[in-house]
Amino acid sequence: MSASTDAMPVLAARDLMKHYEVAQGWGKPKARVNALNGVSFDLAGGQTVAVVGESGCGKSTLARQVTLIERPSSGALLIDGQDIAVADTSEIKVARRKVQIVFQDPFGSLNPRKKVGAIIGEPLVINTNLSRAERQEKVRWIMDRVGLRPEHAGRYPHMFSGGQRQRIAVARALTLQPKIVVADEPVSALDVSIQAQVLNLLMDLQEEFELAYLFISHDLSVVEHICDQVMVMYLGRAVEFGDKETVFAQPRHPYTQALMAATPHIDPEKRKRRIVLSGELPSPMNLPDGCAFHARCPYARDDCRTMRPELRMVDGREVACHHAESIDAPGQ
Amino acid sequence: MALVEIDNLTVEFGAKGDALRAVDGVSLSLSEGELVGIVGESGSGKSVASLAMMGLIDFPGRVTADRMQFDGQDMLALPQKQRRAITGREMAMIFQEPMTSLNPCFTVGFQIGEALKVHQGGDRESRRKRTLELLDQVGIPEPGQRLSAFPHQLSGGMSQRVMIAMAIACNPRLLIADEPTTALDVTIQFQILELLLSLQQERGMAMILITHDLGLVSEAAQRVIVMYAGQVVETGPVPEMFQQPRHPYTAALMKALPGEARGQARLETIPGVVPGKYDRPTGCLLSPRCKFATDQCKTVQPGLIGPEGRQVRCHTPLDADGRPT
Repeated sequence: MSASTDAMPVLAARDLMKHYEVAQGWGKPKARVNALNGVSFDLAGGQTVAVVGESGCGKSTLARQVTLIERPSSGALLIDGQDIAVADTSEIKVARRKVQIVFQDPFGSLNPRKKVGAIIGEPLVINTNLSRAERQEKVRWIMDRVGLRPEHAGRYPHMFSGGQRQRIAVARALTLQPKIVVADEPVSALDVSIQAQVLNLLMDLQEEFELAYLFISHDLSVVEHICDQVMVMYLGRAVEFGDKETVFAQPRHPYTQALMAATPHIDPEKRKRRIVLSGELPSPMNLPDGCAFHARCPYARDDCRTMRPELRMVDGREVACHHAESIDAPGQ
Repeated sequence: MALVEIDNLTVEFGAKGDALRAVDGVSLSLSEGELVGIVGESGSGKSVASLAMMGLIDFPGRVTADRMQFDGQDMLALPQKQRRAITGREMAMIFQEPMTSLNPCFTVGFQIGEALKVHQGGDRESRRKRTLELLDQVGIPEPGQRLSAFPHQLSGGMSQRVMIAMAIACNPRLLIADEPTTALDVTIQFQILELLLSLQQERGMAMILITHDLGLVSEAAQRVIVMYAGQVVETGPVPEMFQQPRHPYTAALMKALPGEARGQARLETIPGVVPGKYDRPTGCLLSPRCKFATDQCKTVQPGLIGPEGRQVRCHTPLDADGRPT
């Protein structure tokens, strides 16, 4: 694998799981939603791991674990070498400064009643003991870094366009100078021309601050552009995980292949043989036996319905499929 | 004779002297069985234009056009009642957000049956049979059970299928699909697109596909109209237009797509944002954001010029190498 395994990881997840209990109604037993069923990865400074999947695959749950909004049900989550699953509250409070998040919708994630300067400075108020002047100094500095002008600090979020708001959200995430930034679909609410501006900004900041990105997206073309490693998730598990070049050149899991084939391209040469997936994602409340993907998989055989495939190395990347070797890649 | 003939369609909102032109002189002609894509960013007027075609712009919005004909009938001159008999039956529309477009208080079967009742009549039993048939056609499993389902019991993809069933219920000759797949997951998007295209081909419908996704249009449409700030900036056939875009905006949009810029560290961007009501430039609307803008661009509005079907609104359209002429 690439440089990501050579450098010391700032973020490491080992068999991370998260289950939620949901009420089924009066007198009925509670049901268990298996949102995250064992995810492992390493992320080093300056690297980007992209998490790809459809809604309901557990990518946002993963973001909630990594940003310490929730505690995982089981498994280990190491942030800068410290295991969060066993840490106490004060240790978690310290660790939270190292992880920040940029949300999907910049129209919903900024407080409309606060000025931009206050929004960007709020993490400093909560997490540090800096004086007001020091905080303002820091806010000015970070605003300059993300391409906002100093006079913008006195304005309200509604005075900005979507792309500018996303810059504000990025600035807020970076005021504490975190090591890890979780970007939860940061450009999917933006127009194409604006999306390119924000992606460029994210890449510039990564270079400048050696940031580690956990980049969550459903748009494979964005992912291919920005990430080093890509993890394709389905029903709370990684189904394919490896270097971007390897995975995109020749996807080995039928789900990855279907995702790639479903992405429309302008260039006719990039269009792949179409694999039509029938049906939709099964419910995470009762996971299917065997491979979670078998009901929609065009290659499913008997063993897929009974035996769950584990992640294993095939052709330079990890794949969870019994028949990864025998499935030909549509890219070739 | 084309099915749809629109000349110089303009939609304005706000006070007369100080109006916002959401759609500014759009012309379109569409034959039976043709699929035209309209592409543009948010605020480009693509949705408003389609709402105007459907007659869904209410006061205080103002719709004017030199000509707006559907199947030889002048839509703007028709009395409201006759027009409403056409919209919904002869021309139908699919909206962007299936979850919010369906009425949460009524079952799916009722809502599809309602369209049939209004436009075709017939007794309850025949409507029910037709509804089942439609649900089956749009690929909903176990249609008999789904008839009594409420929209919240359906997933996004299923709701969009219901919307499509409703739109094609009366065998329309024109189908307008406004971002039909945007709110859906990638693999579901693809299912819905395949469904729409197969229905369009089977029935020989004319279809207008409105989207912001250049890739989607280039795969599905035969002709493309690119809109910017209410104006048509370029029209052309697929795939020629994407192989050789002549308007700097189209070219820049294509370069800003991450998927098309493989191997480059940075994406090419279009600086700035779409102009709003108060910062409309006097010349070409793109001039503040265009890297090729000249003094002429900043003062004189270019017209839409070129042969029928391959028009461009630019003083210095790009040549084959992507340089201004």
